[in-house]
Amino acid sequence: MFRLANPNRFMQWSGKILPWCAIATVLLLGAGLYLALFVAPPDYQQGESVRIMYVHVPSAYMATMVYALMAAASAMALIWRHPVADIAAREAAPLGAGFTLLCLVSGSLWGKPMWGTWWVWDARLTSVLVLFFLYLGYIALINAFDEPTRGARAGAILALVGVVNLPIIKFSVDWWNTLHQPASIFRLGGPTIAASMLWPLAVMALGFTLLFVTLWLMRIRSALIAAKLRALRLQQAV
Amino acid sequence: MSAFLSLVARDLRLAFRQGGDAAMVIAFFVLTVVLFPFGVGPEPELLQRIAAGIVWVTALLAALLSLERLFQADYEDGSLEALALLPLPLEAQVLAKCLAHWLVTGLPLIIVAPLLALLLHLDPAGYPALIAGMVLGTPTLSLIGAIGAALSLGARRGGVLLSLLVLPLYIPVLIFGVAAIEAEIAGFGARPDLLLLAALLVLAVGLVPFAAAAALRLALE
Repeated sequence: MFRLANPNRFMQWSGKILPWCAIATVLLLGAGLYLALFVAPPDYQQGESVRIMYVHVPSAYMATMVYALMAAASAMALIWRHPVADIAAREAAPLGAGFTLLCLVSGSLWGKPMWGTWWVWDARLTSVLVLFFLYLGYIALINAFDEPTRGARAGAILALVGVVNLPIIKFSVDWWNTLHQPASIFRLGGPTIAASMLWPLAVMALGFTLLFVTLWLMRIRSALIAAKLRALRLQQAV
Repeated sequence: MSAFLSLVARDLRLAFRQGGDAAMVIAFFVLTVVLFPFGVGPEPELLQRIAAGIVWVTALLAALLSLERLFQADYEDGSLEALALLPLPLEAQVLAKCLAHWLVTGLPLIIVAPLLALLLHLDPAGYPALIAGMVLGTPTLSLIGAIGAALSLGARRGGVLLSLLVLPLYIPVLIFGVAAIEAEIAGFGARPDLLLLAALLVLAVGLVPFAAAAALRLALE
């Protein structure tokens, strides 16, 4: 972790694993989509619309996981002044906001045929919407200062404050009576969904994770290259 | 402790001598609430149904409006840098400033809210829950707002940014504040929601000073 604080070493390391991540993402997402759309059985109640779940659940998982990663990177940047962690947190935010939006939109598309409404104000949906606004607030804050390091560190504090929302999202379905169904995968006593549906879901979740890792590494690399270019230009100008 | 109290007294004195802070917040509160009967129509049944929500949402916006004053003036004239040199830790100073801010802007909101609820025909059973909820909720608004105000010091378009940062974090207070009134009117009792509001306040008192003080140190660098 600390070895990667050196941008050059990070570029070498990420350059080596990035192609493998990209290949694995394509394979897993391809296999996952095939399994989810053609192999997995339709649900006895939900019919074919259950297939939306194979996008909705992984994107919801990514929405919270990316926020947790962003907060962890922010803590690293604040505590150890880790320069790459700073950039990593900043570059994760738009990806997390994208996954959150995908989660909200896919859930809405599923909710219309199943619940008969696009949106309900229950605790799970509301807390995920708050997560989306937290991402937007973070992005606005880091870009609001003339001095980029000041924005990055203010954003890191905000990211850590927003962590209070994560347990609320996770446990909202247990604490309140929500229309959103309670947890069926990560729960005490094991998953309650059939193996024929769990497998495609697991492949999709892994594919989404690798998709995020690939895009994240690409964004961090391009941010590092942009910083380097700026430094070189400044040197030339002097 | 005496340093803490003298900081509260300083902020209160500044607020009263400059004047207008409390008056502006109350004027905003009243005017915005008065807009609703024009917007949704004056039928008492409809207003009675949405009164609790209107009062709380408007109180939230009024509290938001006054947040910029929390650190901005001290930041601009440099007294924040002098304050940071005090032996009193910056975390305690944040609490003192929040307390003064709440006395100047939160307390007037609590006093005016029942009158506005009267204009909106709120069910009489809801008044105790409205006042108790406001007493527990408005200090939390000042505290959460302090994080946003400290983070957006020196930012471009600070005001808009502040609302984007703070409003999502205000949502829990709004939910439980309104739920307390509705539960009391429906006969279930407001106790659980009021306890949750109290829990939010305790959490905010414990955690906000650290985040806000970190943000202030950042602004002073």
